Amino acid sequence: MFDSLDALLLARIQFAFTVSFHFIFPAFSIGLASYLAVLEGLWLKTGKQLYLDLFKYWLKIFAIAFAMGVVSGIVMSYQFGTNWSVFSDITGPILGPLMAYEVLTAFFLEAGFLGVMLFGMNRVGKKLHFTATLMVAVGTFISAFWILSVNSWMHTPVGFTTGANGQLLPEASWFEIVFNPSFPYRLVHTVIAAYLTTAFVVGGVAAWHLLKDKTNGHARKMFSMAMWMAALVAPIQIFAGDMHGLNTMEHQPQKVMAMEGHYESHPEGAPLYLFGIPNDEEQRLDYAIGIPKLSSLILKHELDAPLAGLDTIPDEDQPPVLPVFFAFRVMVGIGFAMLGIGVWSMFARYRKKLYDWPWLHRAAVLMGPSGFVAVIAGWITTEVGRQPFTVYGVLRTAQSASPLDAPAVAASLIAFVVIYFAVFGAGTWYILRLMSHPPHLGEKGVKRTEKGPVRTAGITPGPTQNPGRGNEPLPDHEVAPAE
Amino acid sequence: MSINFDLTTIWAFIIAFAVFAYVVMDGFDLGIGILFPTFEVGPERDRAMNSIAPVWDGNETWLVLGGGGLFAAFPLAYALILPATYPLIIAMLLGLVFRGVAFEFRWRDPGHRRIWDAAFTGGSFVAAMAQGMTLGALLQGVTVTGRTYDGSWFDWFTPYTLLTGVGTVAGYALLGATWLVWKLDGESQRHARKLGKRAAWATFLLMGGVSLYNVTLNAQYAERWLSAPEIYYAAPVPILTGLVALALLRALSVERHSKPFWLSITLFFLGMAGLGVTMWPYIVPPDITIWDAAAPEKSQVFMLVGTAIIMPIIIAYTAWAYWVFRGKTEDEGYH
Ligand code: HDD
Ligand code: HEM
Ligand code: HEM
Repeated sequence: MFDSLDALLLARIQFAFTVSFHFIFPAFSIGLASYLAVLEGLWLKTGKQLYLDLFKYWLKIFAIAFAMGVVSGIVMSYQFGTNWSVFSDITGPILGPLMAYEVLTAFFLEAGFLGVMLFGMNRVGKKLHFTATLMVAVGTFISAFWILSVNSWMHTPVGFTTGANGQLLPEASWFEIVFNPSFPYRLVHTVIAAYLTTAFVVGGVAAWHLLKDKTNGHARKMFSMAMWMAALVAPIQIFAGDMHGLNTMEHQPQKVMAMEGHYESHPEGAPLYLFGIPNDEEQRLDYAIGIPKLSSLILKHELDAPLAGLDTIPDEDQPPVLPVFFAFRVMVGIGFAMLGIGVWSMFARYRKKLYDWPWLHRAAVLMGPSGFVAVIAGWITTEVGRQPFTVYGVLRTAQSASPLDAPAVAASLIAFVVIYFAVFGAGTWYILRLMSHPPHLGEKGVKRTEKGPVRTAGITPGPTQNPGRGNEPLPDHEVAPAE
Repeated sequence: MSINFDLTTIWAFIIAFAVFAYVVMDGFDLGIGILFPTFEVGPERDRAMNSIAPVWDGNETWLVLGGGGLFAAFPLAYALILPATYPLIIAMLLGLVFRGVAFEFRWRDPGHRRIWDAAFTGGSFVAAMAQGMTLGALLQGVTVTGRTYDGSWFDWFTPYTLLTGVGTVAGYALLGATWLVWKLDGESQRHARKLGKRAAWATFLLMGGVSLYNVTLNAQYAERWLSAPEIYYAAPVPILTGLVALALLRALSVERHSKPFWLSITLFFLGMAGLGVTMWPYIVPPDITIWDAAAPEKSQVFMLVGTAIIMPIIIAYTAWAYWVFRGKTEDEGYH
């Protein structure tokens, strides 16, 4: 019923599905971990209850997002072996050590300090607790560092030879492998993406509560912080994305051709297509609307510079154009929309209407989830644009998959889809429910017990501040020594 | 059976250590999940959960190190074992999804707490069973041609692997129960002690059963355990296991707090040692040795440097995190 091609296609769908789901959570938790560190730091410095409240408000959300990131990430670390065993065997000598470093330097750090961050506030003292929060934040960054190095190496492989057994073996220095040509760009662009994603979520939540009650001081603080991020970081991201594109132009020209929709070469300056429907069969862009010569200006900084198109690339080496073309436009569109919000917020600040401009708040609510859309669109651009290779120019996707029967891959794919939607759907619902409550004075931390004494945990005011939520204080107790 | 201490051997020991650390640490988490339905709804369940909530993520990270380490140090083994046990690995991962999110979700949604408690138990059970069966599938041998897995996708399903699966479930339950003996008190502790005794007996019987089955699996295993001179190296393992088993039963009967847990860990350590005696030097029996599967020296050295520096640091802060949450887990009482 199925032939081997189907097993390959199913494996690709499975990887794309599980990794896209996984990446939703890091995109949020990398930024949120840093935001929490900032909030706790501000609290320690100023002693203002407001920062502690915000810290505890987002900590509960962080705990859920992080748990989902962990379990979906564990799936990823085994995806390589289950569905891409040939890829694993061939690239293991190079990518394995980088991923092992990720586990050693990042995952243990995050996981080791997470417990203290979530539950340890009353057990370790403020400074040590702050240290734990910082460690978790640093851990998320280190994790991004290594996994993006791995991923970048697959786009711009350097420093290897092919061994007699077919494996790719490290040859140059590890430094050269880790800092492969596309890595610095990808790291900067992706980490900023995570910060922006988080900023827009925080801003969206704040705006939602401002729309209901513009005097809410907690929401005001959040909104102001988020809008500073948007105003300052969105332009940097656009600049970083442009640099990234130029780097890609140098190393993976056919990806840029697909992003631009350039099927044909333009010896006298290429147009920038704003819209069109890529038609791989006929190798042309249908219904194209473009601005003449602008693409040459962006990519070559010269109006009449010649640009090669996909007609210079053999068919079997071309990526599918349609997903790359559209995903790229979605990402860039959202990038400029983010910039728009940032500029608008600066104007509102100047007019002293930041907390009193419902249309701005509505726009911010609408943009709340935009970061997630942009990061997934960005990854689709990057990854589909690498096709038909897993290791660009070296190892084809078709030669990477495990020797599995299609029904096995299909069954596991169905299981992943059903379970991910159910479980992560529930988690997302819980997060949204937490977000729908306004942050308030005397916010509670992560709750561990239902019953237990009605008692104030440390600096937090009593439960009367938080009626009807069933949010009991952290149990906090000196412990009887064992034995 | 001489062991040359080359880099590959060192890596085999590091991976074995990661697997051992995973098995005992996540073992007690999963064990608590398996035993969860026997706890009373309310404070007893909450406390059992709270006793592991701050540490489960760190415990599970050892699994990522085991998998990632295998990918890095023995890529061929990683590329053979996972397709060979494909449905088991998928089941384990999905089981871990359910039990991992249950830690948070059950607090966030009291209305559906029963469902997330069931997810916690179901996920833990499936993960434990799948891990045990994967071990069994490895021991019974994997069909390899060239550098790829060449069996069918149900080779892993045999009476033997069922036995190793159930054995692992029992062993994890033992770890979980003895952890709770340590972390709880009063009525809950008595309950845990009772569970511990049952799990201990189940573990002894199944460990014995698997060991006997093992020697019938292939000639090498039989030779290791039954003929001289190998038997002189191997014999201390079962003898010590017997002694530890007796001590464990005694510790569970008298009022001990942490001792049963440490003895259970020792039991697992001896099981691991026995496994080493059986398998050495094969990483994917019956054909692939650790040297066949090893990554090139340059990769091994690069990782070894990092591991030597970072591993002690990891162990230090992990120990600190446990220390922060030391003592009996309660939901009341203050200074
Ligand atoms: C840019 C960052 C980034 C990217 C591209 C990926 N991840 Fe991820 N991953 C993280 C950033 C991250 C993180 C922020 O560090 C997470 C999210 C929640 C967490 O616990 O750590 C994480 C968790 C996480 C975990 C659980 C760690 C734990 O137990 O604490 C694993 C095993 C992976 N990831 C593996 C992968 C693999 C194999 C990926 C490639 C396909 C991948 N991640 C893409
Ligand atoms: C976390 C963010 C990521 C996302 C959202 C993502 C997205 C995708 C998508 C959409 C595909 C399917 C492409 C296609 O088949 O047409 C894919 C394939 C793949 N990606 Fe990524 N990717 C991510 C990170 C990574 C990383 C970090 C690695 C390497 C460590 C990686 C390795 C692969 C591999 C091996 C495939 C399968 C083979 C293939 O089809 O190319 N990806 N990814
Ligand atoms: C308008 C400005 C932007 C430009 C010009 C731009 C450009 C690019 C380019 C060229 C790539 C592909 C790199 C490659 O693999 O060759 C990329 C990837 C990506 N983009 Fe953007 N981008 C922009 C905005 C954004 C925004 C706003 C986000 C998210 C908030 C984002 C998130 C990503 C991610 C996650 C990737 C995949 C990882 C990577 O390869 O860096 N981008 N971007």
